[in-house]
Amino acid sequence: MEHDNNPLLSVQDLKVYFHGRDDTARAVDGVSYNVGKGETVCLVGESGCGKTVSALTVLGLVPQPPGEIVSGDVLFKGKSILGLKDEELQHIRGNKIAMVFQEPLTSLNPVFTIGDQIAEAIQVHEDVDAKTLIERCVRLLRDVGIASPEQRLKDYPHQLSGGQRQRVMIAMALACSPDLIIADEPTTALDVTVQAQILNLLRTIQKKVSMSILYITHDLGVVANIADKVYVMYSGQIAEQGNTEQIFTQSRHPYTRGLLASLPGRSQRGSRLHSIPGTVPNPSYKPAGCPFHPRCSSAMETCRSIPPEMCDYGNGHLSRCPVIYELELEEKNREKRGN
Amino acid sequence: MIPTENMEHPEAPKRTRLEELWLLFKENRLAILGLVIFALFFTTAVVGLILTSGQDPILDPAIIRLQEKLLPPLAKPSLETMSQNEAPKLGIYLFGTDDLGRDVFARMLQGAWVSLTVGFVAVGISVLVGIFMGGIAGFFGQRHITYDQVLITAIMFAGVVLLGLGKDMAGIAALFVGHASIAFLFISKRTFWKKNSIPKWLKTLHRNAIALDTIIMRLVDIMLCFPSFFLILTVVALLPASMYNIMIVIGLTSWMGTTRFVRAEFLSLREQDFVAAAKALGVGNFRIIFRHMMPNAIAPVLVSATIGIATAILTEAGLSFLGFGVPPPHATWGNILSDGKRFIFDAPWLTFIPGISILIVVLCFNLFGEGLKDAMNPKLREK
Repeated sequence: MEHDNNPLLSVQDLKVYFHGRDDTARAVDGVSYNVGKGETVCLVGESGCGKTVSALTVLGLVPQPPGEIVSGDVLFKGKSILGLKDEELQHIRGNKIAMVFQEPLTSLNPVFTIGDQIAEAIQVHEDVDAKTLIERCVRLLRDVGIASPEQRLKDYPHQLSGGQRQRVMIAMALACSPDLIIADEPTTALDVTVQAQILNLLRTIQKKVSMSILYITHDLGVVANIADKVYVMYSGQIAEQGNTEQIFTQSRHPYTRGLLASLPGRSQRGSRLHSIPGTVPNPSYKPAGCPFHPRCSSAMETCRSIPPEMCDYGNGHLSRCPVIYELELEEKNREKRGN
Repeated sequence: MIPTENMEHPEAPKRTRLEELWLLFKENRLAILGLVIFALFFTTAVVGLILTSGQDPILDPAIIRLQEKLLPPLAKPSLETMSQNEAPKLGIYLFGTDDLGRDVFARMLQGAWVSLTVGFVAVGISVLVGIFMGGIAGFFGQRHITYDQVLITAIMFAGVVLLGLGKDMAGIAALFVGHASIAFLFISKRTFWKKNSIPKWLKTLHRNAIALDTIIMRLVDIMLCFPSFFLILTVVALLPASMYNIMIVIGLTSWMGTTRFVRAEFLSLREQDFVAAAKALGVGNFRIIFRHMMPNAIAPVLVSATIGIATAILTEAGLSFLGFGVPPPHATWGNILSDGKRFIFDAPWLTFIPGISILIVVLCFNLFGEGLKDAMNPKLREK
């Protein structure tokens, strides 16, 4: 892809561990991903696979201790932001990289009007007088599709519906027109119709101002809807990466295949839904070899001991499953011989 | 695409938190009574200050008329025996006179201002200290103080003590060593700290000694162990008697409750999503503490402050009664009570009037505080 040459955000072999009393949770265990300019990149995976932590690290929001960034780097516009001081980080947060959180109810401060909160998002980074401040707040609210924004400015968070609150959160994230928005499951707490509206909103805004979105979700329906590139995460690692079409039509990792098979639309009506047996391994006690092997139907003896490497399928499609890679190679060879 | 414009029209009731609070508060009749009496007390104290102070006060609490002593309430002064400006301006001794013939009504008015200011200033001090200490313990509590910091503080402290004892040379030497080591640490952090070539002894000294939270909360525990009234008595006995000393001493011995409240609130608020969201917007620590967390933590503090005012008034009255309070020519409810106790059978109004005033004011503050607590407690709201 053309964006790959000069990515806006580049996370390189990031490892974030959390030190507990007597064990260490390897929440993010060597993750690399790139977000190009104007791209929508999705991080997909089950709960507890390290999606959120890897995104929080980008903003320097991982509490240290107990967290520790063991290795790796985060480059934003080519510059490392891991070693930055707090003041320098504050300049980036909200201004260059903004975040939309999962729970719109608890992410807004209950004692201030939403007008105050949006205004603060602007004021922290820019010097604006009171009049333009109000104008900008109204414009932001209108941009995110809130009706009669002048009145809504004086509302408190508890007076708004869930969808509206999430729109306000998006308005706050947009306040300083950042280059990148990190959306951490922004639609998980909302019902399906509102979810569709919010996704449309994000897409429309993205087209208008050409910013990048790093979208964290466990919902493959959402991914199919908005993603340019998809990273499937499992147990703190990238299991498979590629563009949306590659992931949805030619997935090469048993985990991705399992996730896709679990979608209700794909099973036959009346039959039981497919599910991947077992759960995500405890991040403190990961199995040796491939972390997915205890749940994998195509696991071989080697999967138990040798940590799998990324296998390249071309066009940016990578998968961390050598078993399937070799199977496909064999098949191709057989076809060649047959021909 | 779905038109997003005009999709949502909530008709949520338009009430701010304050309005809601008032609605709930209104239902509690006793609390309203408390509020009304509080307002009355406040105006009385302010009016009393205006009437009884200045060069030539309208109601002079200090005029001694020995011929008029121990008159009962509502007694009329005999105008023949005194000059024009000695006579009470009301034309009547509303609360009677004391053993020196002073007008008790004027003295009560003067004392009301003392009670009010002592109550508010003392609680103001305690709330400020409490919020500060609680805020630090709750927000920065996990930060540690290192051994070198402890050592430097000890050296500096020793220096000050030595200077105080008159051993000038040793004191100055200790202070010099203290400052020098601060400068040394500052420079060493810049130079070889980063290169990771720290000498071993410095590394041992730079270990974490004790968490800020531990220091502050153990200090609170220690302060709570003292029987505070006797602590105040001791301190007041050592300090020159004045109204301001009393306020400061009461304030500095009653901040522990607020500290605990604020710390507890901060510990839970710190983990809230909106604090993380504010951080993600690039908001600085101090703005987060004072703009985002403090308004959310202030409700229980306000409640305890209201009740704290009542306690402070009571403490001041107690001190004045024992003779450790505001120095004598100035009237306070406590020393009116104390002066009157010698004549409790001959002139019961001298003890009854200040006593009942203290009772009413303290009771109303407690009722008001309870009402506020109920109105602010979300669990009790559902009833």
